[in-house]
Amino acid sequence: MLTAIIALSVLAGGCGLLLGFAAVRFRVDGDPIVARIDALLPQTQCGQCGFPGCWPYAEALAAGQAEINQCPPGGEAGIQALADLLGRDPKPLNPDNGTVRSKMVAIIDEQTCIGCTLCIQACPVDAILGAPKLMHTVIAKECTGCELCMAPCPVDCINMVPVKETLSTWKWPCPVLPGDALPDHRAAA
Amino acid sequence: MKEYALILISTILVNNFVVVKFLGLCPFMGVSRKLETAMGMGLATTFVLTLSSVCAYLTNEYLLAPLGLEYLRTIAFILVIAVVVQFTEMVVHKTSPVLYQVLGIFLPLITTNCAVLGVALLNIQEKNGFLASGLYGFGAAVGFSMILVLFAALRERIAVADVPLHFRGAAIALITAGLMSLAFMGFVGLARG
Repeated sequence: MLTAIIALSVLAGGCGLLLGFAAVRFRVDGDPIVARIDALLPQTQCGQCGFPGCWPYAEALAAGQAEINQCPPGGEAGIQALADLLGRDPKPLNPDNGTVRSKMVAIIDEQTCIGCTLCIQACPVDAILGAPKLMHTVIAKECTGCELCMAPCPVDCINMVPVKETLSTWKWPCPVLPGDALPDHRAAA
Repeated sequence: MKEYALILISTILVNNFVVVKFLGLCPFMGVSRKLETAMGMGLATTFVLTLSSVCAYLTNEYLLAPLGLEYLRTIAFILVIAVVVQFTEMVVHKTSPVLYQVLGIFLPLITTNCAVLGVALLNIQEKNGFLASGLYGFGAAVGFSMILVLFAALRERIAVADVPLHFRGAAIALITAGLMSLAFMGFVGLARG
């Protein structure tokens, strides 16, 4: 009886030690910072930052090859969050990348749509539904308002409409403290 | 040499673990819907089964048997298999990210594959040596993978076939498995010939 308990304990202990050793020895050093940056980005995949999506922008930020003020959909709050994470100074949004606007959603004028599927190919989040020579429509819930579908449309039947605030979508505005966007606020704090 | 070849043929064809011994049926039904997942599962199982049958043999031979604790085999083997699976996952994750992506979720799933425990216990029952144990595990895994891939291929075709309403889904899959099992019973003739 006692031998059985001891033998199993030794076996289990040995296995535990082996696994513990393996966990340390074979630890995978992924690049967790890219994932953390990506989590702060708005995931519109709009490409306004000059990179082909949010993840590539996050990679470039992690590698120090991009500025933190290139993401218009993220707005002031997004830049602030990136500055905090990366320990860089916050700066105003680069106007070359675009301006901050309220959240938009694309609407297809279904009377005019000729079913060319060009906008479907342009959509980075697969929010447009349709088939060749059949009318297309936008899944409003999935649309990030990135406007990438507007340029390829040959009949200009896509319009960007601001999303109306309803009881279910309204959020408290983020508190912006005076001096928050100033470069030297961190030194003062 | 002849004996080892016999072990391989026996485990892959004649005593196939899935369709003749009916072990490891959960992954057989669970991950055989698509050919790619079946291949991933087969690969992962082959890897783990070979390794774990050898480890189980070593545990039995050098820990349980000398102390007269053979009655603890089942629980000790479960422990060893779980550790082998975990360890393999860590090593693969570190050394080969590509392989890790291919095996993916299937690697941890193998812990609960009854064929793995079955092979370890049968090895002891058949009094296989070190090399024979490894071969037995490998053969069993190859047989398992082969059946899984064949069955996935069948199911992919059945998915688009016009199956009568009441036979759709699990029913036709089980009937197909039964027919496959019948077909594999034919290999019993190999042993006599």
